Order: sequence, then C-alpha cells, then structure tokens
Amino acid sequence: MRLNDEERAMLAGEAGEARRWGIQHQIAVGEFFDAADLVPVTQAHIMADTESLGEAGVSFLESLAALPQADRRVRVPTITDPRGLDFAVYKRLGQTDAMAALEARAIAALRSFGVLMTDTCINYQTILPPVRGEHLAMGDTGVVIYSNSVFGACSNFEGGPSALAAGLTGRTPRYGYHLDEARRPTLRFRLAATPRDLSEWGALGGIIGRACGSYWQVPLIEGLDAPPGSDALKHFGAAMASYGSVALFHMPGITADAPDLMDPALESTRIGRAEIDAFLTSYAAPGDKVDVVVFAAPQLSLVEMAEVADALGGRRVSPHTTLLVATSPEIKHAADRMGLTQRIEAAGAVVAAGICFYQSYAGELAEANGWRRLVTNSAKLTNIIGGYGYRPTLMSLERCVEAAVTGRL
Amino acid sequence: MPTILRCHPGIGPVVEGVALVAQDNFSARYDLDRKKGIFSRPSHALAGQSYDGCILVLNDAKGGVATAWMLHEMKSRGIVPLALVFNRVNPILAQGAAFGNVTMVDRFDGDVTQMIRTGDRLRIDPSAGVVDILD
Repeated sequence: MRLNDEERAMLAGEAGEARRWGIQHQIAVGEFFDAADLVPVTQAHIMADTESLGEAGVSFLESLAALPQADRRVRVPTITDPRGLDFAVYKRLGQTDAMAALEARAIAALRSFGVLMTDTCINYQTILPPVRGEHLAMGDTGVVIYSNSVFGACSNFEGGPSALAAGLTGRTPRYGYHLDEARRPTLRFRLAATPRDLSEWGALGGIIGRACGSYWQVPLIEGLDAPPGSDALKHFGAAMASYGSVALFHMPGITADAPDLMDPALESTRIGRAEIDAFLTSYAAPGDKVDVVVFAAPQLSLVEMAEVADALGGRRVSPHTTLLVATSPEIKHAADRMGLTQRIEAAGAVVAAGICFYQSYAGELAEANGWRRLVTNSAKLTNIIGGYGYRPTLMSLERCVEAAVTGRL
Repeated sequence: MPTILRCHPGIGPVVEGVALVAQDNFSARYDLDRKKGIFSRPSHALAGQSYDGCILVLNDAKGGVATAWMLHEMKSRGIVPLALVFNRVNPILAQGAAFGNVTMVDRFDGDVTQMIRTGDRLRIDPSAGVVDILD
C-alpha cells in the first residue's frame, strides 16, 4: 500500500503506540483487499459491546487507555454503537453485576480515547447524518447500508477494532465501497407489491439480502410508487445487511446514487405479495406461548416509540410475557420528556436506552428468564436471534403488541 | 503428492490441521455457541458440530460486525477455529482475522467447498496464498 509521510510516521510509532497499532491493522486489512492507499474519514463509529469484546477485548482497550493522553486520543469524531447493558434496567432483565462491571471498564477505556458514547445504531436519524460522497468508518451493518444507500456516503463494514483504528488514524483503507467501481448495481429486482409496515419492509430486505448473499453484491430495486420513510428504509436496509451482508442498495429516484448506474443488461427478479407473505409465514407459530416481545434492531425512532405507546393504548402486558423496547439515549430522553416512556412502562414493559437486545447477552437472558418464543417486528432480529436459542416470529408492530398483551400468538 | 490450491494472499500464520467443510456461510454472532465451541444456529449446515481447532471451509461471511471482536475473544479462551478458508469474505471477517491473528484465506479459482472434503489434512500458507491438501 502507498503511504504518505504522516502515515509512515504513524507506522514507525512516532505518533504513539495506539496509532502504530491502528495503522498496522489497517495495512493488514487493506493489503488483503488490494487497497492502493488510505482515505481520510470524517467520522468513525465503534461497535464495542462487551458480549463481543469479552475480557480479552476489554483488556485490549485498557492497554491502549493506559498510554499517554496525547497518544490515545481519536483524531476524528468517533461515536459508539449500542452497548451490552443499560445500567438502569439490567437487573430487571436478569443481567448480572459481572456483566455491568465489564461494561463499566469498556466505557472508561473508550472515554479515555475521547470517544463520544452515543450508544446508538440509528446515528443517521439522531446524531449527525452523513452527506453524499463523505468517507466514513461506520461500525454497524445497518448504519453502513443506510449511509451508503440513502445518503450516498462511502463506508465499508468496519468492525470494532477497525473503527477504533480509523478514529485513531483519521483514515481507513481505500477498498470496497470507497471506490466508485464497487458501487455499480450487480443484481436487479422489480417490486410487484409494496410492503405495508416495518415488518414487511424488513421481510423484503431479508428476501433481497438472501438473494444477494454476499457483501460484494449491489442490488438495484425498482417498482416503488413513492419514497418509503426513514424507518421503512432503516428496517429494509438492516435486514438486507443481516440476511445478505449487503452494504449498498440503489432505488432509482429515491436513493442518492441510482440513476446513472443502471446496466440495461441486468435481468430483473420479480418480488410480489406471495414472496413477502411466505417470508413472514416461515416464522409463524400459531397458538404458541409468547415469552418475550422485543422492539429493537435497529433501535426505535421517536415515531416508533409513539406507535408502541399508542398500540398498547393503556392495556397491560401479560404477566407471563416480557415486552422490551430498546432505543438510543437521545430518543429515550425525548420519549421521557413527551410522556411516551411513562405510557409504555405503565403497561409493565421495559424501555431500555443504549442497547439493542441482541448485543446484550441474549443467550444468557434466555437462560435467566426461560425465554424461547420471541416475537418482534424486526426482520434483522429474527435472523440473528436463532443462534442464541430463541424461536423468533416476525409480525407487525400492532400484532406484536397484541401478542404481548395476550401472551399468545 | 499434495494437491496445491492457490488463493489470494491472506492473513495470519502458517498452520496445519484438519478441514471441516460445508456449503454454508459464517458469522460468529449468528451461528456459534462460543462457550461450548459448537455451531448453534439450527439451520446451519454444521449445526451441533464442534469448530474448535478445525480449519473451517465455508462459502462466505454473513452480516454482522461482531465477528471482528469475537475471533480475538475466542482465541483468548482457546476455543477457536484453527483457520478460516472461504470462497469470499466480507471486511468484518478480514478485520477479525487481522485483529485476532487467526489464519484466513479466500478467493480461489473455483468453489473451495467443492475442492476440499471434511477430514482432509491441510497446510495453509497465507502470505504465499497457498493451501496444500496433504495425503
């Protein structure tokens, strides 16, 4: 890889051990993907939940945190993805003090780098939305696909170590979606039905994600009558990234880059009502007892928080079922101020801030609470949670709330 | 004579071990019980099987960024695949292998899940971009 003088100095350790580690890591990844050089980034976003980090990852962060302050401070605004635990509710959910202690150590280390603890996977809705052509190091697949597609920004999936490296060096290897040639559509889909709610947008994302099946496929989606809203594209993109590892999609007339990228030779795959219904039905479990209903993955917008409060309509959650709502700290504050949190919690539900459920020791939660049947309107969560021992069902927000109230599907 | 498979130069040290092959994809978060060291996702082709010490030969990396930390965490506890051999990986798996110093290679001429069989003994030289199927 081609390095400039500043980058060579970093590699030689002249800007401290943290930056030396960071750029060495970036060169290893960049060479693996044949990157020609590094590209400056304007934001980094770190996924650093303690379930993934473990003791080993936290110890690594602490080893960097022990370095002199000038050597460990990030060089570009660096924010965080959801954490493993919300200190306000962890005991109610059956998480342990040991988990909380590990979380506190990770937070202390990240703060010492000058990282802003936003704890969110909806930063594009709540913190600092990207602009077209902006190079970023985003550390959540849903954030990357939304930033690349809707805004026309440029980011690869940056795992925690790589996003931290980008924060420290202010750059990232120039490969993948930092390059124009990788952003051209490779597959084409024509919609013959429009999703009716967020669960169906997620289902559609899941169908297209499965059909793509690779990070390097870029789907182009045609046939929409009108632009979907931000929450619809949030669930659509997050599901596509989860089911297919997809990082960029185009919708001509709606997303940032689409029209001039069309290859007329690409054959189109039709997706209609039958495919969306079949996707939802594949997770159905009529009559089953409901252990836990989860609204998360991605964290809820303020509008979704209001929809949950309205759907509950003053009713109580079944005593045999847990209803969990996860949002960002910013939205939680807004929901508190507007009385939404109070309305949801009055039903017996738990509103958590700064977590996203699946990153929160989901396996241990299942064991501690005896949870198995999970109901959600998030296709992304439906895809992830099977590995943790849950049996997921995907349905609309309103039907999820009915399931929480009755305790049955 | 060993069969020599060529691939793109990879990440991590030279290793020798036994292959566990499936035509399926991979995410440490989605697919594994990392405490027990087994594939836990019921729909995975290797569901119930141990990955500890194996050279995993699979198709592609799935969504999710957690694998970037998790390979390092798995290695610290000593319950980790010996190496990862894929048709094509996403950035997360490459970043995770680089951070955890886990051997990983991809981009072969042809489908690597068809060229290697479960039980084959392999020697992987990532910097040379070579996988030998030993007798």
